[in-house]
Amino acid sequence: MPESTNSVVVENLVKRFGDFTAVDRLNLNVAKGEVFGFLGPNGAGKSTTIRMLCGLLRPTSGRAQVAGFDVSRNPESVRQNIGYMSQKFSLYNDLKVIENLRLFAGLYSVPSAKLKNRIEWALEMANLKGQENLITATLPGGWKQRLALGCAVLHQPAILFLDEPTSGVDPISRRQFWDLIHHMAAEGVTVFVTTHYMEEAEYCNRLALIFRGKMVALGTPSELKRDSMTGELLFVDCEPLGTAVETLQSAPDVMDAAVFGNALHLVVRNAAVAQPRIEQYLRDHSVTVRRMEKIRPTLEDVFVSLTTTREAAEEHKP
Amino acid sequence: MSFMRLLAVARKELIHILRDSRSLGIVVVMPVTLMLLFGYGVNLDLKHLPVYVFDRDGSQQSQDLLKRFQASEYFQIVRVADSYPAVTRALDDGDAKMGIVIPWDFSERISQGGQVQVQALVDGTDDNTANVAIGYAEAVVQGYSSQVQLNWLQSRGQSIQPASVSVQTRTWYNENLESSSFIIPGVLALVMSVIGAFLTSLTIAREWERGSMEQLISTPVTAMEIMLGKLAPYFILGMFDVAVCAFIAISWFHVPFRGSYWTLALSSALFMIVVLALGFLISVLAKNQFAASQIALLITFLPAFLLSGFLFSIEQMPIVLQWITRILPARYYVSVLKKIFLKGTPTAMLSADLIPLAVFAFVLTLVATRSFHKRLE
Repeated sequence: MPESTNSVVVENLVKRFGDFTAVDRLNLNVAKGEVFGFLGPNGAGKSTTIRMLCGLLRPTSGRAQVAGFDVSRNPESVRQNIGYMSQKFSLYNDLKVIENLRLFAGLYSVPSAKLKNRIEWALEMANLKGQENLITATLPGGWKQRLALGCAVLHQPAILFLDEPTSGVDPISRRQFWDLIHHMAAEGVTVFVTTHYMEEAEYCNRLALIFRGKMVALGTPSELKRDSMTGELLFVDCEPLGTAVETLQSAPDVMDAAVFGNALHLVVRNAAVAQPRIEQYLRDHSVTVRRMEKIRPTLEDVFVSLTTTREAAEEHKP
Repeated sequence: MSFMRLLAVARKELIHILRDSRSLGIVVVMPVTLMLLFGYGVNLDLKHLPVYVFDRDGSQQSQDLLKRFQASEYFQIVRVADSYPAVTRALDDGDAKMGIVIPWDFSERISQGGQVQVQALVDGTDDNTANVAIGYAEAVVQGYSSQVQLNWLQSRGQSIQPASVSVQTRTWYNENLESSSFIIPGVLALVMSVIGAFLTSLTIAREWERGSMEQLISTPVTAMEIMLGKLAPYFILGMFDVAVCAFIAISWFHVPFRGSYWTLALSSALFMIVVLALGFLISVLAKNQFAASQIALLITFLPAFLLSGFLFSIEQMPIVLQWITRILPARYYVSVLKKIFLKGTPTAMLSADLIPLAVFAFVLTLVATRSFHKRLE
């Protein structure tokens, strides 16, 4: 494998399906040993990107290099150096745990001298020791995900692509799964992971926010929270919520209003200036304000803010 | 090509078959069922055809003729009717397949040395049986007629033995003209069409449907290794089924086997490759289990059943259908089967069938390999 500090290099990557542009001029680099998060709503182009990087889809244009190999020209060399977990659970349900592991060991040509050790290691890592002879179909969701991860890393790949690895898995298993990811990253494996869970995004070293095929932001979680918001964030606990959201859309100072749980998050240019004015405005519209304060934005706020700005910009285009 | 990866795919495929009761049922139960079904159920031989007779004459002569019908193993007089409508009703109801009506002046005309006609009413709904029955009936009447002429001459005091010409037939290859011997070898082609095309079309489409294909092709395994690995277990099971069917045919149904077992193995292997490649091709194109299985049945099982010469002889088909059979691999395989079972034709003389089979096997394998790409589009 050619020596390079970047495990993944993407330049102007485009994927079109007919008239639909799934991935639009994407540029990014992922450093070795990094946990890189690819965040976006369903249909944003996350899976399409990851599939191009694994050589499963041919890019329409642009270039992508994985582990130093071009994904269009040299997909087989790419595959030898990566592990991939697709979005849908896609091991064989009618095979036993150990049979799935042996299958992927065979497919990745794990040498027989190493085979026993690698399978032991995978069972240990996936916390499936003693469960080797269970039929995969009978495993709980979290166990299946760990088995799938085990199968994807049997050959000690340099780069791991995980496409929504924790969707449909309970929160505790999700937490355990992320511990595993960090464990691998600590051993030098580059992890490229897509998710639409905002709280998971916080576990990544770096994030790309993708929306409608385009990257709308890139940075560490704290960078994104600090820099990507235009304006400041106000938390408003008030009643009735519905009336409040409606009236606030046309209120002065409010750039955006969204419901978060049973309260509102408002984006304003300057919180200190806006707060008393909005309180007054709400009272005038017979909304009871229980609490209002300036808060630090979460990634979800950042994401909502960036996507609404983007949507507004696209709607104003001729 | 990595043997290790090929073996990994083949092993997992074998586990799929062994763990899936439906696939296993098709592999184990279907060949035996088809053999028994066609061995016992389909009988094209004509024997003991139910006959109603209406004898208007009721003379010694008419009784002599009817005795000849009764003596023949092809006919069985089930009732002596007392009216013409009783005969037609029996034909309508299906109680009789043939009605024989003897005119009232039968014996009178014979004694005068004149022409006399006996009416035979035949149920023509099954044209094959009807034709055969008419032939046998004519033979019976002809025999009686000769006897009458001979008697007449002798009654005139002429003791000469009249010269006569008769055909002495001897049937080769299927000496007893058993239709089971004609049908059973062809069942092998049916069994293999199901194992080869039907089962494989399911297994590959299943991978697309369940999403496991995406995981599979993200590994370094090549398209060729996936194809060969997936087909290898079916090839082995198909050949096993050929052996089982041949065993049942020979030891249970006593179908003669006069050719070489090596030729049977060779032609079966070629045909197996053909149907496996077809099944693979179908599932690559259909990517959906239901559609794949329907297409597989439509383009392999049905032609093997109807147009291969398995049940219906190709020479008797309309000329257009005869031409169509030339592009059906099953036709060549069935032809080889019948020749090695019944005739014992040496392998070298089977090239007219074996060469087309080999060409089909080669071309279809090539097309199947080319059709499968490790891409999601």
